[in-house]
Amino acid sequence: MNFVLSIVVSFSAFVVLVLIPLVGVWALDLRTLFGTVIPYTALLIFFLGLIVRVIGWSRSPVPFRIPTTAGQQKSLPWIKQSKIDNPSTTLGVLVRMIFEVLTFRSLFRNTRMEYREGPRIGYEWEKWLWLFALAFHYSFLVVVIRHLRFFTEPIPAFVTLVEQLDGFFQVGSAPFSGFMLPGAMLSGLLLLGAVSLLLLRRLWVAQVRYISLPADYFPLFLILGIAFTGVLMRYLLKVDVIRVKELTLGLASFQPKNPEGIGVLFYIHLFLVSVLLVYFPFSKLVHFAGIFLSPTRNLSNNSRMVRHVNPWDYPVKVHTYEAYEDEFREKMIEAGLPVEKMPERPLEQEAETLQQGEKD
Amino acid sequence: MYDGWKILVGLIIGVILLAYPFWPDAEKWAAKTPEPELTAKAQEAKVCVEPKSYIRTQHMKLLDQWRDSVVRDGIRQYENSTGKVYDISLQNTCIECHSNKTKFCDQCHTYAGVDPFCWDCHIEPEENM
Amino acid sequence: MADVPKPEELAKIDHSLSPWQGWMNAPTEIREGIACYGVAPKNTRIVDFPNPREWSPFDEDWKLPENWKEIVLDGLRERIDRFRSLKIFMDICVRCGACADKCHFFIGSGDPKNMPVLRAELLRSVYRKEFTTAGKIMGMFAGARELTYDVLKEWWSYFFQCTECRRCSVFCPYGIDTAEITIIARELLNLLGLNIDWIGAPVANCYRTGNHLGIQPHAYKDMIDFFVDEIEEVTGVKVEPSFNRKGAEILFITPSGDVFADPGTYTCMGYLILFHYLQSLGLDITWSTYASEGGNFGYFTSHEMAKRLNAKMYAEAKRLGVKWILGGECGHMWRVINQYMDTFNGPADFLEEPVSPITGTKFENAKSTRMVHITEFTADLIKHGKLKLDPSRNDNLVVTFHDSCNPARGMGLIEEPRYIIRNVCNHFFEMPENTIREQTFCCGSGSGLNAGEDMELRMRGGLARANAVKYVHERHGVNMLACVCAIDRAVFPDLMQYWVPEVGVTGVHELVGNALILDGEKERTTDLRNEPLPGVEIEEEE
Repeated sequence: MNFVLSIVVSFSAFVVLVLIPLVGVWALDLRTLFGTVIPYTALLIFFLGLIVRVIGWSRSPVPFRIPTTAGQQKSLPWIKQSKIDNPSTTLGVLVRMIFEVLTFRSLFRNTRMEYREGPRIGYEWEKWLWLFALAFHYSFLVVVIRHLRFFTEPIPAFVTLVEQLDGFFQVGSAPFSGFMLPGAMLSGLLLLGAVSLLLLRRLWVAQVRYISLPADYFPLFLILGIAFTGVLMRYLLKVDVIRVKELTLGLASFQPKNPEGIGVLFYIHLFLVSVLLVYFPFSKLVHFAGIFLSPTRNLSNNSRMVRHVNPWDYPVKVHTYEAYEDEFREKMIEAGLPVEKMPERPLEQEAETLQQGEKD
Repeated sequence: MYDGWKILVGLIIGVILLAYPFWPDAEKWAAKTPEPELTAKAQEAKVCVEPKSYIRTQHMKLLDQWRDSVVRDGIRQYENSTGKVYDISLQNTCIECHSNKTKFCDQCHTYAGVDPFCWDCHIEPEENM
Repeated sequence: MADVPKPEELAKIDHSLSPWQGWMNAPTEIREGIACYGVAPKNTRIVDFPNPREWSPFDEDWKLPENWKEIVLDGLRERIDRFRSLKIFMDICVRCGACADKCHFFIGSGDPKNMPVLRAELLRSVYRKEFTTAGKIMGMFAGARELTYDVLKEWWSYFFQCTECRRCSVFCPYGIDTAEITIIARELLNLLGLNIDWIGAPVANCYRTGNHLGIQPHAYKDMIDFFVDEIEEVTGVKVEPSFNRKGAEILFITPSGDVFADPGTYTCMGYLILFHYLQSLGLDITWSTYASEGGNFGYFTSHEMAKRLNAKMYAEAKRLGVKWILGGECGHMWRVINQYMDTFNGPADFLEEPVSPITGTKFENAKSTRMVHITEFTADLIKHGKLKLDPSRNDNLVVTFHDSCNPARGMGLIEEPRYIIRNVCNHFFEMPENTIREQTFCCGSGSGLNAGEDMELRMRGGLARANAVKYVHERHGVNMLACVCAIDRAVFPDLMQYWVPEVGVTGVHELVGNALILDGEKERTTDLRNEPLPGVEIEEEE
């Protein structure tokens, strides 16, 4: 399956997902189904799926302590330990994990291999992946936090604050009158941009294009679709935001309402979000929970200081010293190596016999 | 090593945080969807400068266009979709009818969490309801 | 090395991957020069491994049991339940591609299946098919595929083209460790008797004789005695090592490669000289012929076999009644000691927390496993001024240091050897930073791939390392590549000969042995290799 087929397959799936609410709400007016039943089902699947996934992981033990040590170990007191990249304490692990989760520290190390004539192999600056990934994840987070205005009443201060920071450029009137209203939010546009760049990178970089599966394109299309419908609703086509909140607040307070007069665009947006929620625990997107359990990152390198126990450890067959000596005893004695068990005959006699043997 | 407890605690905290929108909250449960209140004058007028459905979703765009047309182009007249002409003026056209800022503008804006910058420049109307 | 193409030809590597072919149906070619020979039945039998038989990977029929697929899938299921690492690594890869060009085998071959992500996908695709709902329903659209005979051969081919060096794991945003995946995949292959002989034979040897090379006790002692004579010739001092001696304070275990093959032998002489020097300062140390192997090729077959071989270290320490264990320069040996040994065969409650008898330093970092790395030990001696050193005896050398994969990324032994080198040599230069420390490149022959028949693979795999050596060779005139790994010492001479012919290979303690001034030694005219010391020849001419 080459990348063209992968894209065709995943994009087709995405198009079908857009058509479902379009037909369902626009033509058939199934507002309860798309406004209440599907979102609740999706949420349920999301939470249950996530819990089942994490508990599933936790049921497999960590038999060995296998952190990837990316720096100097704790050894002699005068050798400076790399406390974050090769932690020996829980605190060190905590800091390593925080850096990993919040700043994508490992990804920041990324380089690009340049293979030149000679050969001369170079390792060049390549922070684009890190940059796009960071932009994507943080803008997504900000977008999610901003959306809390639809699920809370009164709206908490931190949501308002995030929104103010997000919109601090106040480009209310540019570039066309009435376009970027009410107040352009950086995060939404950044999200669209970052997802597009990640998609382009996947197609542009030969190695990444080669390894990509439909399961890699699909979530990108899905998130692109969600961001795009969101931006469309906010800046261009407009939906009745008061009724939208009536619906979402209904969901949030378990008193579902399905007011009339919300544009179909909103239902497409909501349906795609529901699909994302369902897709989350069963796909690679679950990395957001899995990273916390990764044994090469969340363990301290202290296995020479504190014994790590393997819960399924079992006795194994070993070749004992006794068996070893039994096989080589005579040769050992001859070579002057100490043995545990002397042979029946005295050593001198044994040696004599051997010497005679050699002479023969 | 399983670290089962650590994972369980982490999972519970994670799920609780993710479920933030659904946290029980009496105030939220009791919340009513606001309906803009019309003054007697507005009710009497029956129509706004454009149809109600358009105004509900697009008023911010219209106001922005009005501002630009006055401030940048000096055009002070607006011809609506039915051909009727209005003065472009927040103070004299809009507030003339909708003098009840709190009940007409603010309650929806607060509900939706939007903070328009109309009153950065314009003087807020004194409410006399 | 007759069949290996010339370096200029081998260096023509195409990294641009064809966009039109998907990898799932790209055929796998098992060919001479890349693949190793299959394990011989006698070696399989010694350790009671499954399916002993004569077979060759180049044959169509690999003589597998009829229910091979069931065996593999049951084995996979069992390991998913036993290793959280495997489960997580199967589930969370996002195929971001950060690891793709970090693998020395991909750099040296351009073969897409040598990208770590794709190597893991070989296993992951089958995992999806058998263990995930999406994979069962959507098949290849979910990246899932059936485990077929061809897929099994593909596994064999590519999991024996990975040296478990963990470089990809450093760059992975989730820490996905291909070494872990390879280790487990090899366990699965072992269930069908699909090992390579270069791993199978050392494992069998080590199990029976105590070391990979199958050196029997008397021969082991003979070799060391030979070194004793050599040392006397060079220094005029007769060193007196002891073997299997009960009541010694410390047991010394080093890879058997140091005892048997150049240039490791010179490193071994370095240990002997150091121990002799320390004897008068209170060192009481013994060698063992039973635990005469530091390395652990069992680790390249399965966790169980690793444990079976590793058991000898503690068993021998217990039998001899020593207080703690000192370990020689070796790569994967130290990953096993640091990350597995205590778990495998501990607790070592019959030993004491290691304390240097010369400096009194407590090795806090080894207080449970009770085994200390010799560079930790020696660095501590130098820091305390306990060693009389004449670094000028190494002045003919311009040294660079290769961080071996396992001590670097499975332990963090980075500064200790460097500190020693700086104290025993006057000319030391680092290779470019993307190729050392935690980002170090593998020698290309680790994890049991240092056979003779896969020389092309080894030269390809070592290209990235060799290229960095070439860089400092051309820039600083580096002529000696130092390392702390016996496999490195065994394979680098070939690799250097092929890519950077003017560079030699040494262990760190060979450099120590040259620089260390023994009491009562004669004036040295040669180094441990019997090559004239710098300046000596000229003086003689005058």
